[in-house]
Order: sequence, then structure tokens, then C-alpha cells
Amino acid sequence: MTTRIDTRFAELKKQGRAAFVTYVMAGDPDPATSLEIVKALSKSGAEIIELGIPFTDPMADGPSIQAAGLRALKVGMTLKKTLDLVRDFRKEDNITPLVLMGYYNPIYIYGVDRFLADAKASGVDGLIIVDLPPEEDDELCIPALKAGLNFIRLATPTTDDKRLPAVLANTSGFVYYVSIAGITGAAAADSNTVGQAVARIKQHTKLPICVGFGIRTPEAARAIAEKADGSVVGTALVDALKNSLDAEGRATAKTVNAVAELTAALAQGVRAAKQAAE
Amino acid sequence: MNIAKPNSYRSGPDERGHFGIFGGRFVAETLMPLILDLEKAYSAAKADPAFQAEMNGYLKNYVGRPSPLYFAERLTEHLGGAKIYLKREELNHTGSHKVNNVLGQIMLARRMGKKRIIAETGAGQHGVATATLCARFGLECVVYMGAVDVERQQPNVIRMEMLGATVVPVQSGTRTLKDAMNEALRDWVTNVHDTFYCIGTVAGPHPYPTLVRDFQSIIGVETKTQMQEVEGRLPDSLVACIGGGSNAMGLFHPFLDDPSVEIFGVEAAGHGLTQLHAASIAGGRPGVLHGNRTYLLMDADGQIQDAHSISAGLDYPGIGPEHSWLHEVGRVNYLSATDDEALAAFQLLSKLEGIIPALEPAHAIAKVMELAPKRAKDHLMVVNLSGRGDKDVPQVGDILKGKSK
Repeated sequence: MTTRIDTRFAELKKQGRAAFVTYVMAGDPDPATSLEIVKALSKSGAEIIELGIPFTDPMADGPSIQAAGLRALKVGMTLKKTLDLVRDFRKEDNITPLVLMGYYNPIYIYGVDRFLADAKASGVDGLIIVDLPPEEDDELCIPALKAGLNFIRLATPTTDDKRLPAVLANTSGFVYYVSIAGITGAAAADSNTVGQAVARIKQHTKLPICVGFGIRTPEAARAIAEKADGSVVGTALVDALKNSLDAEGRATAKTVNAVAELTAALAQGVRAAKQAAE
Repeated sequence: MNIAKPNSYRSGPDERGHFGIFGGRFVAETLMPLILDLEKAYSAAKADPAFQAEMNGYLKNYVGRPSPLYFAERLTEHLGGAKIYLKREELNHTGSHKVNNVLGQIMLARRMGKKRIIAETGAGQHGVATATLCARFGLECVVYMGAVDVERQQPNVIRMEMLGATVVPVQSGTRTLKDAMNEALRDWVTNVHDTFYCIGTVAGPHPYPTLVRDFQSIIGVETKTQMQEVEGRLPDSLVACIGGGSNAMGLFHPFLDDPSVEIFGVEAAGHGLTQLHAASIAGGRPGVLHGNRTYLLMDADGQIQDAHSISAGLDYPGIGPEHSWLHEVGRVNYLSATDDEALAAFQLLSKLEGIIPALEPAHAIAKVMELAPKRAKDHLMVVNLSGRGDKDVPQVGDILKGKSK
């Protein structure tokens, strides 16, 4: 089975360059604007889109993404509406891979089988569920793979060589390397350390390795893209979105553009890495 | 409910940390290696007689164990039924049962070479116990506490600071215990290399529910011996309050396979079960939060709901996974007491026995007031008096003044 993610990485490999992966929260700051933002991401150069599922208790996220989730929940965003958003996006864009990222409880409550069927039908390609380590693979990972979705696992600086095979065993699509031990939006990743970690993981897998956490600028995105198969930016985009809102946290005329402009600049950074690598 | 009765209620969890469908290890990958290390370190410590001997020494001479099993004569007379015994955990050093668990975890942390301890706290009792043992063993201590709880439990905040701990008021979410736990987990993910997370209750990822239960089981083990000495037999019933449920699990666990013993857990019903409350079993359903599957208060979308209780220590939208399992297999009866019932019990115990209970065990006393009169005079009822009320005196004083106006 080939997903949009596999297809995209195959194309990028032919072109000899890394993927630019973006993250935004579904429903932030409201469902309609959020849909426009997701469309703008792909038009501005995002090659893979991660869409956050809002959750009240995001234990691995820093203040920016916590606040984004709360903004979305405040306007009534749910997992079902997140899937609706994906379906609407797919009416325009049937190529850009889309990955849902979040925590297990909303999916567990939605019902795993029903969720997987609805996610697949909506046009979701993969899942990143932060609080499902390989020890809990029976919950969602194995059923998701059977349903034809990629299950993308996080590897971290604490995942040593002994543990890597277990982490990689049921991973598909790509490996998401978390560049720091910490929460989203915290410290910056050092590209040399990241390069060593990517080389280490590559000894265990043929899957593409994307790196996230702590990448905020086009320069940083470029530096990482020279060491890995993809650069992931989330918090910086969420912050750009937030800075465009009015005092009540509502979208303004500037909101979609603010995200689109930063996305374009970051995409350029990642593309510049292509030349550096050649 | 169609759930098979196990041969023993004391054999859980399985090797993956499950009590039936509950428990598990739902944590970020960054934490997994450490959680596996902790499991190994705990198994090794359990098998090491030196560990147990050292712990017993501190339990006796530092904590002040065994805690007395006290016959509450006037409360018994007043209620006119069962003979009521109080397990006096409030007499422990630091004023609650929390110290039993913290001592065990701090000794584990030392074995693992960790120099920095973090903890979450609701009422501050676990925070105070953690700050105390960190002071005793010269460890750095950071306690996360919801900003709302910092406000209503000032005496404990001051105490923790005096003991040298850093108290971090948590401003995210509902600013209570649940958010303190989120923030502690965020700290842990960030500082995983040198930090030990000292969880205060029988919840969180495996092996925490098990190791906290084991460290707290001394409550039930002592009760069994003491009741044998005083009455020559087992008690007929046990009653304890439940937030996460560590004092209850500590009392209950040694009795789970004694079928003659009726067991009652008391959740916090807040303003009432149809309004804001913190009774996860009465008003929740199974979900996944803070590393385990258990009963949780949540909405139709799986978003965690705000809990409410007058008692900061019970103000949590979940419960330990083993309690969820004991509920489903029907071994323990889970009841609930409202804020008002707890306040009435707080005052009754103070006036009849000269013991000011913490608001948490006041919930257990509230149900004793209902259960005891319906029992025969030779029925032996043990209630876990898990903490003393000093920390609640300012809050209860204000509430009572407001009411008399």
C-alpha cells in the first residue's frame, strides 16, 4: 500500500531534497479560518501538513500549542470537525500528505475502528499520537496500519540503539525525530547533534527521517534539511497565527497571510538546502 | 456487569501494567526508557532486603510508624451503630499518609542516582512530604501546584518553601491538580536525564500505580495486625476517601482477598453529582490521561472536564486505574460525599473526638455517618484518617463565617 506520504518522499528523493513539514492546530482560531490556513500552507510550499487534534491536556506541548488547542476548543472544535476540515481540504488538494497529530483520548472516545474508517475516508494519510509508545501498539498503531494509514512514531534523544528497533518496528511513512528532550516550542535544535542522531537512526531504517521541535527560522529549517529528510516547523507558525489575532483571539484580515508568508519563507530555507546538498 | 471474577484481587497488574483494561503506559517516547528503568530499579529494590530494612528504619524513627488504630468512642456512641476505628495516618510526620509513598520513591531515586525531584500536588500534602524528604536527603525539589490550590492551601505552600522546595504555581488549564500534573510531566520530559518524578497517588504510567500502592500498603498491613490485637479478628468494613486513591488503596489492598470485609471508597461529589464534582467513577467513564487508562470526567469529544471539590486533594478528574478495575469487578463499593457533607463531618469529628481532620478524609467520615448507624453494634468499621486539618483551618473558617452570615 502506498500513501500520499510515500509518494511525496519518493518524488523528493528524485529531486534530491528534503521535505518541508508544517504543523498547525485544527480549528485555530476558528474552523473556517483554519481551513483557509491549511489550504494556504500547501500553496505556500508545505510538502507535508501535520494537523493538531485539539486536546485539553497536551502533556508534551509548550505554551504556544497549548494555547492554540484551547483557542480551538473554545470555538467548539472537536475530532469530528477536524475530520470535516480534512475532507474539505481534500476537495481542493488531493496530493499534499496530511497527518493528524495529537493525543489518544479523543480518538479512544470517538472509537478506534470508527475513527480509522472516517479518517481514511476524509483523506488523512497518517497519525502521530504522542502518548502511544510501542508498548501500546495494540491500541491504535496495528489497527491503523491495517486500515491503510501510516503510523508515524517519534524517536527522541532518549531512544537509544537498544530501543530503536522496537520504536521503528511498526513505524511507517516517516520517522519523526524529536531534536530535544522537551516540549514543543522549547530550546533550539543544534544541527550537528541532529545530524549525528539522524545518521544513527538511519542505520536501523530505510524510512525518511524528519526532524522537529525547536526549528523556528528559515536558516534553522535549512540547516536541519541538510542533515535530515525533512524539517518540521510548528510553534513558529502557531505564534505567527496568534500574533495576527485581535484582542479577543479572533481571526483578522491578516491571519491567513501571516501564516502563509512565514510558510513561504521557511519553504525557501528548506529549498536552499537542496543547493547546499548538491 | 459481565466481568469474570479473578482468583485473587491482589495479583495485578500484568507485566504490561494492566488491571483488566485499566492502567498501561500512555506516555511520550522521551519518557519510556526512564519508565522502563524505574520498573527495573523497583523490582531490584523490592528483592533487596537492605532496601526494606533501611525503609523500615525511617518509617519507624522518622515518620513515626506504626500509626495508631484508635477507637472513636464518642463518634461511635453518637452514630449508634458500628464500632468505629480511626487509622491515624494524620499523626505521621508531615501530617498525612503521603509520606509513606514519598519515602519509598525518594529511596528509589537515590538508588537510581537522581539528584533532582519533581512532584505535583493538590492540597499540598504530597508536596510537603516530598519537600520534607528532599530536605532530609539533600535533594533539589520542585513542586508543581495549580494556582487555585496555591491560593486555598497557603499554609502548605509556606511549609514547602521553608523546607527549601521551589513551588511553581501552574497557570494553565483549570489551574488545579490535573494541570499541575501536566506541568510536572512537561518538566520531566525536558529534564529526564537527571530528574525523578515522585508521583503522589496510585495513578500515572506503570509502574507508578503499583509502586505507590505497595509503599502505601503498610496502612492496611498495620491495620490488620492492630485489629487482631484489639478485637481478635478482621474488621467488617473499611472506608476511605478517594481523589487519585492512594490512602484508600493502601488501606484496602491487604484486605482485598478477605471476602468478609466490605470495602467503601468515597469520591468527592462537590456541589452534587448533577453539578460540578470530582467523582470519576460515579460520573465518568474509561479514558486515557496522564499515562493510564482509567475512569475520567470528560465530554462527548474526550476532552477532560473540570473537576470540583472543596478539598484540593480530591479535585482531580480521574482516579487510579486499580480502583477503576476494583469497581468493574465489584470488589469495592464506590460512594460519594458532597462538599456540604464533608464540611459537616469535619465539624462533627472535631467536636466529638478532638481531632480536626483534613477535608479529604472528612469525605470518608461523611459516609461513615451514613453507614455506621445501619450496622450492628459489633460491626467493626475502620476509616482511614489520611490527613490532619491544620491546612484547611483558614479555608473552613472562612466558609463557616460566610454561612453564619
